[in-house]
Amino acid sequence: MDIMSFTATELGKKIKAKEISVKEATEAALKKIEAEDSSINAFVTVDREGARKSADEIQRKIDSEELTGPLAGVPVAIKDNMCTIGLKTTCSSKILHNFVPPYDCEAVSRLKQAGAVILGKTNMDEFAMGSTTETSFYGETKNPWNLEHVPGGSSGGSAAAVAAHECHYALGSDTGGSIRQPSSYCGVVGMKPTYGTVSRYGLIAYGSSLDQIGPIAKDVSDCAAILETISSYDRKDATSMERETYDFTSALTDDVKGMKIGVPRDYFGAGLDPEVREAVLGAAEVLQRKGAIVEEFDLSLVEYAIPAYYVIASAEASSNLARFDGVKYGYRTEDFSDLHNMYKKTRSEGFGPEVKRRIMLGSFVLSSGYYDAYYLKALRTKSLIKDAFDRAFKQFDVILGPAAPTTAPRLGDSLSDPIKMYLGDIYTVSVNLAGLPGISVPCGKDKNGLPIGLQLIGDCYQEKKIIKAAYAFEQTRTYECCDIAKKEVF
Amino acid sequence: MAQKQYETVIGLEVHVELATKTKIFCSCSTEFGGAPNTHTCPVCTGMPGSLPVLNRQVVEYAMSVGLATNCEITQYNLFDRKNYFYPDNPQNYQISQLYLPICRNGYVEIETESGRKKVGIHEIHMEEDAGKLIHDTWEDCSLVDYNRSGVPLIEIVSEPDMRSAEEVIAYLEKLRMTIQYLGASDCKLQEGSMRADVNLSVREIGAPEFGTRTEMKNLNSFKAIARAIEGERERQIDLIESGEKVIQETRRWDDNKEYSYAMRSKEDAQDYRYFPEPDLPPVVISQKWIDSVAERQPEFREAKMARYQQEYGLPEYDAEILTSSKHLADLFEATLLKCEKPKEISNWIMGETMRLAKEHDVEPEKISFSPENLAAIIEMVDEGAINRKVAKDVFEKVFTDDIDPKQYVEEQGLKSVNDEGALRGIIEDIVAKNPQSVEDYRAGKKKAIGFLVGQTMKAMQGKADPAMVNKILKEILEG
Repeated sequence: MDIMSFTATELGKKIKAKEISVKEATEAALKKIEAEDSSINAFVTVDREGARKSADEIQRKIDSEELTGPLAGVPVAIKDNMCTIGLKTTCSSKILHNFVPPYDCEAVSRLKQAGAVILGKTNMDEFAMGSTTETSFYGETKNPWNLEHVPGGSSGGSAAAVAAHECHYALGSDTGGSIRQPSSYCGVVGMKPTYGTVSRYGLIAYGSSLDQIGPIAKDVSDCAAILETISSYDRKDATSMERETYDFTSALTDDVKGMKIGVPRDYFGAGLDPEVREAVLGAAEVLQRKGAIVEEFDLSLVEYAIPAYYVIASAEASSNLARFDGVKYGYRTEDFSDLHNMYKKTRSEGFGPEVKRRIMLGSFVLSSGYYDAYYLKALRTKSLIKDAFDRAFKQFDVILGPAAPTTAPRLGDSLSDPIKMYLGDIYTVSVNLAGLPGISVPCGKDKNGLPIGLQLIGDCYQEKKIIKAAYAFEQTRTYECCDIAKKEVF
Repeated sequence: MAQKQYETVIGLEVHVELATKTKIFCSCSTEFGGAPNTHTCPVCTGMPGSLPVLNRQVVEYAMSVGLATNCEITQYNLFDRKNYFYPDNPQNYQISQLYLPICRNGYVEIETESGRKKVGIHEIHMEEDAGKLIHDTWEDCSLVDYNRSGVPLIEIVSEPDMRSAEEVIAYLEKLRMTIQYLGASDCKLQEGSMRADVNLSVREIGAPEFGTRTEMKNLNSFKAIARAIEGERERQIDLIESGEKVIQETRRWDDNKEYSYAMRSKEDAQDYRYFPEPDLPPVVISQKWIDSVAERQPEFREAKMARYQQEYGLPEYDAEILTSSKHLADLFEATLLKCEKPKEISNWIMGETMRLAKEHDVEPEKISFSPENLAAIIEMVDEGAINRKVAKDVFEKVFTDDIDPKQYVEEQGLKSVNDEGALRGIIEDIVAKNPQSVEDYRAGKKKAIGFLVGQTMKAMQGKADPAMVNKILKEILEG
């Protein structure tokens, strides 16, 4: 029995049934990490001691029936931009190399309450800025399907850890596609909920108006169960929304009869890899055969999403990252002559090039004289994009398209050309700009054996529709994992 | 050549710390003092991942000040981030309001020797205070205390409508009184809960345009403000007269040297890169909310003064003193509910209360005895249960320890002796023992009666009713 081969909810059931102990599950995960992570580098920090300690506590609570939820005792990995009490939280940056938060991210604390065993913190693009997990100060993460390729980003560590079976599920964060795109590249399921569904308290901000935490898992059922656990109305986050219901698992029915699915022509234009195109359109046909009504339409404004996104996210980031100044916590330069010199050297030495690029871009677009031309225009574009989606959702229940224009690029290919990397976000960023939920589900592989992801987008608060469509599609396929994942470790 | 006549044009930016119990974006205490960094949490120290949540009371206070200063209330409010690096500012941005301040287009009326006038209020906005930097010269390092970080402020920006230090002081007094009446702040310049920056320019009388202005900071008292205005006016006139230009800049007033020093000029003014705060959703203020705040506005000083004179027949002088602090006025009114003798209460407050406050070094705002205890003393005096001398002694105990005066009088046996028969016996005895005084009195030295009254009071341990003692003595001496 390979404990790591189970999905999170399968394992949860076996733990509840006393077929597997929490300790066994935890040790299995730690062993798998030990065996594989030196080549994948999905983790920045592995908390062996903490995981073992909490495994014992959780087992006791399960035995006393204090913990009865579907994730009790299941090992999880957390993206390293979510604060964890007593556990280093670096955002994969040198500037936070020694930061140990005295508080938990709300999503993490909800997982803890549900009995999750936290294995450690996963690698990411520095401050979530990047689409490949190559901008990490702690080295790039590799795609477990092919170690010469990137896992995507910025939640590349979380997606790779799930794909390599180093954990049963993980949390990621998605500002412009950072959950969906690496999930697509790594052949796992990743979901970004509606903005305001999961509290951002304790998530180290990149683009505050766009950031959302979400699950990365082996299948849609796990995603729904995890989302149910981490979503809540949180008074500590003023942008948190009080929703009528936090039930998502009731949408796990294999029934899409009559569901209206829109396929935006604009998502299938130039730049889209033909193999990706074929796989995604194939998925649309599968859903149609299952009774969904699939229609093409023009979403419009797709080409404006990337510039608007990079202006808004960078503007917010330039301000959000100002607090990393060497005064209060984190890295401080060794030698300095005065306050300004300390700021300058600390930040020059502490941030990597992609972070500096976005801080400069963000500072520029907010500068007096440029604010109207860039920032305000981007905000207007954002609201027009939202209008375009609103119109589409009058007609459709779900929008279907690719998660990314290609499969995972080779390591090093993207860093040399940031603009090309930015353009890779074309199908994901508009979902963040409009605050919508989106899910990426595996729908095939290219000729090199790299996974392709199908993206399903829903209207605000309509997660259940995309879960339903994704689940129905998933039922037509068998779960496939990479060779590294299949290796059993003893 | 006739000397040119100049006019001073002044506008103020006044920061007021609001009297909320907790900070503007977290639940830390706003209490002044405390060991460094003890009133702090991840939010007000700018820890990664922390998020601000707006304190509703801040909006209420800001609205109440706006309504009291005749402002329009902005119903769709946004907060903005003001970006600048400084260690007292833990996030390196301040959450403030630039584009849509909560109050706009108001005014207050002031009165000076040159008459009444309106001073326009351009806007009032909400923002957070910064921490405090302490430079340790011994260790040669700087330390930062974030206890004050996140304490709510409103900034009241006036129009450039003031023309003299006198008007500025009248404006500030008016604001202070209004805000104190609202309970929105204690407005102490020395403690920094009210801070005023002075924008000043001069121009020749009759000139159509304003001159170039400077902004002066570090003004910690009304006197410093008056001196700074005079000093800056002279400095600018000297520059103009000698053919030089006034430079638009921020200056720091040194009250000891009575001179201002340039801090930074417009050229190196920072670009604050303001943008809407994405962590806070818009604050939408309904008309209903505005109305409910308006309904709860207190009676302000002018109205109170007029009412005290009309309703209670108090002299203007009394009304002025009683209303000079909301706390005194509240004390007066609360006592009045227990005892309907307005002039008597007024006398006790203006006289004994203020004397004791001074003696015990208690600020009027901190006077804390119960109004019913003052009322009880007044009633006892009125009923003749105690005489005034005893009443003053008892009141001192009320002032310092808020004792129950009736119980105290009872326990200490301080009640006046009003039994005429008993008193007459004692007085007859004293008269018999002091033939010299009797002789003096009868010889026309009427003052001699004072000695006999004194002896009687001594024998009675101060508890006799002095009027009755006088009456009996006169009867005996003259009878």
